[in-house]
Amino acid sequence: MKRRSLLAATAATAIAPLGFARAQGAKTKIVFWHAMAAFLGEEIGNICKGFNASQNEYEIEPIFKGTYPETLTAAIAAWRAGQAPHLVQMFEVGTGSMLAAGPAVKQVWQLSQETGVKLDPESYIGGVRGYYSLSDGRMASMPFNSSTAIMWYNKDAFEKAGLDPAKPPATWADVITACRAIKAKNAAPIPMTTAWPTWVHIEEFGAMHDLPVATLSNGFDGLGAELKINTAPFVKHLNRLLDMSKEGLFKYGGRDSAAEPLFISGEAAIGFTSSAARAAIKRDGKFNSGAALLPTDPEVNPNPINSVIGGASLWTMTAPNRSAAEYKAVATFLKYIGQPEQDAHWHQVSGYVPVTFGGYELSKKQGFYEKTPGTDVPITQLARGKLTANSKGFRLGRMVELRNIIQEEMEKALQGQQTAQVALDTAVTRGNRVLREFEKSAKG
Amino acid sequence: MERRTIFAGWVLPVCLVAPQLLLTFFFFLWPAAQAMWFSLMRQDAFGIRTEFVGLENFTDLFADPLYLDSAVRTVVFCSAVAVLAMGTALLLAVFADREIRGRTIYRTLLIWPYAVAPAIAAVLWVLLLNPQIGIVAHGLKAIGIIWDYRLNDTQAMLVVILASAWKQVSYNFIFFLAGLQSIPKTVIEAARMDGARGWRRFRTITLPLLAPTVFFLIVVNVVYAAFDTFATIQAITHGGPGKATETLMLKVYRDGLINLDLGSSSAQSVVLMVGVVVLTALQFRFIGRRNAE
Repeated sequence: MKRRSLLAATAATAIAPLGFARAQGAKTKIVFWHAMAAFLGEEIGNICKGFNASQNEYEIEPIFKGTYPETLTAAIAAWRAGQAPHLVQMFEVGTGSMLAAGPAVKQVWQLSQETGVKLDPESYIGGVRGYYSLSDGRMASMPFNSSTAIMWYNKDAFEKAGLDPAKPPATWADVITACRAIKAKNAAPIPMTTAWPTWVHIEEFGAMHDLPVATLSNGFDGLGAELKINTAPFVKHLNRLLDMSKEGLFKYGGRDSAAEPLFISGEAAIGFTSSAARAAIKRDGKFNSGAALLPTDPEVNPNPINSVIGGASLWTMTAPNRSAAEYKAVATFLKYIGQPEQDAHWHQVSGYVPVTFGGYELSKKQGFYEKTPGTDVPITQLARGKLTANSKGFRLGRMVELRNIIQEEMEKALQGQQTAQVALDTAVTRGNRVLREFEKSAKG
Repeated sequence: MERRTIFAGWVLPVCLVAPQLLLTFFFFLWPAAQAMWFSLMRQDAFGIRTEFVGLENFTDLFADPLYLDSAVRTVVFCSAVAVLAMGTALLLAVFADREIRGRTIYRTLLIWPYAVAPAIAAVLWVLLLNPQIGIVAHGLKAIGIIWDYRLNDTQAMLVVILASAWKQVSYNFIFFLAGLQSIPKTVIEAARMDGARGWRRFRTITLPLLAPTVFFLIVVNVVYAAFDTFATIQAITHGGPGKATETLMLKVYRDGLINLDLGSSSAQSVVLMVGVVVLTALQFRFIGRRNAE
């Protein structure tokens, strides 16, 4: 049952001009909503220009729609109004919601079948493809910008603290030792901070140590998944962060990406964030920075495996009266950006990992990894060990809300209002309630 | 003398009133009706699967301790903002009402903050109070106060109250100043001749005569604090740390636009709507009675 909502009405007015744009000229025009601001947004513009110049049948118009959550909300409102964009960039945690969106989206395998444009899943790197595929291997959305969380460190501060800048800490015990040295020598005002608290310290921590974050293969096997983050290893890790915070080794810098500036400004000697922060760190950081694998805890698992990807993928959306030519234009664009040259270029300028084997091979051949040391760290980390049910990724509905709940409970624990165990127990209880609500609405 | 225009037909009056009615219909009645309808449904974000669940969204809401916490927090926040904004404005208005040099400039400047957009106001406060770059934060650090509102409930609440109240001082100031100016000077002078000193004059003459203004402003300020402070809070704390600054309005936004739980979000809007209706009814009753006296 479809109904025009207030949201939809607003969206309809906002995108009304698109209708006119489509009516003029002989080229088939399609619209692409993305969430890449500033420098990366310009790069998206360049990709689209490149595509438009590469052929003369189709024309794609990129439109910046704000942050990832804003883009998701806008896309939903637009679809409800029958005005969805042809292509939308959706962050990885929105994948569960988009998969449940049924008729609102056209999955990649379906698009490929209907338009006859071949989009071969085999050419995409497994760890990336898996996140956006159905359990039988058919691709649902198109991998585009994938990153993973890594450890960034300030080499100048390391030197000042008497640490070897060529040997970043590999385990959490090493991190604590390094932070103590940084604090003792006053090498930086803040020894360590972290962006994306939930992604880095729950999701990536779980994947790398082969621990389930949720039941049913982290939700891949069904909507009935329940959170499992109050088990001993997670509690131990949160306790470690709480202790470090008390000792003045760790400074909480806020939710999501809010802590990134602490590292980029040179205040924090160690910062955890996405590998895609590279462009900003290299441009704005007035110090020598290094990229390293996320630290692990050998007591939890001596043989850590791969981390999971973050970032976003591209979803094809439907609308009433959308023509076959328009879908074909979308498929052609998706094929275009999957070419080795395009993928390698995007990877090299952005700090995202290559999503195709071709893009990776080409980058290697071009000598990119020798020329810019550290750029292979995320790839090494994503490819480590053998993929398990715990390291495939996450397929949980309303995951933005889950991340917020966990961040809220962490914040309370960091203020000393509750213990690590209570924080994670509460997060599980609250999170499961959200998961059950989503289950009901998705089955409804 | 009463001024009244008599229209000959009904076409012209209807045309004159229609734009206002249409605006009210499309931007108030229709969305409000939709919110009420949505509050009885459970649906996924895309509106593909919709199910009528009756009052389940409401019962879930009132069974949720986090919602009740948020309600209490909103009451505390609104009271604090109203008291602070009105107190400061009254103080400033009393002083601006005196015969002082440069009075006009002083008054004009006091009205400026009202024109600042809420998000901008929030950014200004963030620049002052940010633990890393804020001047005030550095000052506090210098005297030994550990300042980090991102990880301290009380400090976070203080910051959002300050920023929200500051925005409203100008508005209150205008009304208080007008209220003060309408108090007959003769009454005050009579009191002065009877030997009443400053504070006594203010308490026994000025304040009672200012009562209607005070009451009007209480309602306006509470409504402002409950509904118009969203942008300020969102820009400064996003409702955190934990849920320390999550007011009911922020929760509506979070549940509706971020968490995409339209049923619950609509139910919360309906609850808020009832709140406004009650406040407005109170105001009409009270002011109506005063006017009838």
